[in-house]
Amino acid sequence: MIQALEKLLSPLWPEPLRLVLFVVGMVLFVALNAMYLVWVERKGAGRFQRRPGPTEVGPAGLLQPVADGIKLMSKQLIVPAGVDSTLFRIAPLLVMAPVLMSLAVIPFGQDLAARNINAGLLMIFALGSINVMALMLGGWSSRNKYAIISAARVVSQNVAYEIPMLLVVITMAMVTGTLNLNEIVRQQSGPFWHWNLFRLGLNPLMPVTFLIFYICMLAETNRAPFDMAEAESELVAGAYTEYAGMGFGVFFMAEYANIVLGCSLATVLFLGGWQSPIGRLPGLVWFLLKMYFLVFSVVWVRWTFPRTQFYGLLNLSWKLLIPLSLFTLILSSAMLKILRAL
Amino acid sequence: MKQALKEIFTGFYSLLVGLWITLRQFFRPTVTVHYPRQTLRIPPRFRGHIELVRHPATGQPICFACKLCKRACPSDCITVEGAKVQGARKRSVTTYKLDFTRCSLCGACVEACREGAIRFSREYNLAGWSKDEFILDLFKRLETEAQATVDAQAPNRGAAMMKSEVPPAQPAEPARAGKPKAATELAAAGKNGGGNS
Repeated sequence: MIQALEKLLSPLWPEPLRLVLFVVGMVLFVALNAMYLVWVERKGAGRFQRRPGPTEVGPAGLLQPVADGIKLMSKQLIVPAGVDSTLFRIAPLLVMAPVLMSLAVIPFGQDLAARNINAGLLMIFALGSINVMALMLGGWSSRNKYAIISAARVVSQNVAYEIPMLLVVITMAMVTGTLNLNEIVRQQSGPFWHWNLFRLGLNPLMPVTFLIFYICMLAETNRAPFDMAEAESELVAGAYTEYAGMGFGVFFMAEYANIVLGCSLATVLFLGGWQSPIGRLPGLVWFLLKMYFLVFSVVWVRWTFPRTQFYGLLNLSWKLLIPLSLFTLILSSAMLKILRAL
Repeated sequence: MKQALKEIFTGFYSLLVGLWITLRQFFRPTVTVHYPRQTLRIPPRFRGHIELVRHPATGQPICFACKLCKRACPSDCITVEGAKVQGARKRSVTTYKLDFTRCSLCGACVEACREGAIRFSREYNLAGWSKDEFILDLFKRLETEAQATVDAQAPNRGAAMMKSEVPPAQPAEPARAGKPKAATELAAAGKNGGGNS
């Protein structure tokens, strides 16, 4: 069935139909993920703390996201007096839209990518920085001191973490020699030691590079232990403080959509994307397996580590991650030079 | 430099240890008691609000309204009235009200009682809709409890009467510990009786 799906969405189909199918598919994928990752998060949090998590609504609490959604949608959308109402309304959309657009270049399977753009990697990072701006706009336009503090934190945190992340991405672009995500995946075919994560011949520090990417992804998506932007104990709900109903709901969904995007990107760059390590099962299954393993690890990390302090967060970036990622960049370029000379 | 590197490695190792600990917890069974469907066993020495104790032999309240408990109460939340029934040796209690909105569960009343006529109940489901619901009529409570016991014993009252009674009251005695057992015994007895007749 999945193979049929991949066939169906392959580039052989007429363009308008493909477009519609992919737009519907992407929106559904993101919406379902956002809904059910909240469930996964709550169930996971429960299990990590020896609780059962949501159990009351539906079997194993599976209808909980639906109930939450209905609750959020039935609430009044309040735009508080004195806020910059245009920016206030636009911010949630600006958080959600780039994620949806970025997913267009992610190859979910061999032929299962909405757009096979040559500069796919570049596009994701170009759109990714809108996310930060949108969060900042939301916080700034709210006319609320907590929201503004949160906005300032988001910006300084994301500026700090964008650098090592991009350095890692440059390393990967140099190693693979392309920005086309599908091509990057294609290079990693075969057994798992062909994945970029284990290609130590190209760069002996590859696992470290992956770790830097993973940490930066946590920081970029404002996930614990780097969730300074919505540190409840200090900032109420940070940039979301003034948002009610579905305005908050969209921010909340965007957080999970961003996690899906980040984990997809990590899968594509380091874990071989849709490549099957044993040559069985369709590519989509392997992609989702790898991606959801990373998503689970994000939940796992959240419920294991307490929130860092703000200076700790910036120290980690400026004193450790940036020098380290610079080092891996130089190392891999040197390795490439040597390998090419041989 | 060496120190800094060492710090990075030990720090990273400690993070891995933390992840390993939470992962192990993840696969262990949960410890939640699903409250309305499951309840914890209330320990015998649980200090709920006070209740009157019935005499093991007669089933009547031991209390004869001496009002020592009322005097001992620092929050003045106990109201006791008694009357002398014709022919009885002592007075017996007719009203016993506890204003639970003021009670601090200090237990001075239980300590003050010389006859062991009041003890802590193990009642903990004490939510209510209005303040009036917390003015507890303990005398009435005792009567309904007695009635319930009588109803339970209905099949063969005479034989079960002695068995089912709660042992002489001491303040911290497990009030209902013996009860389920007694109930099953009763049920068995009732069944046998029914079969014979």
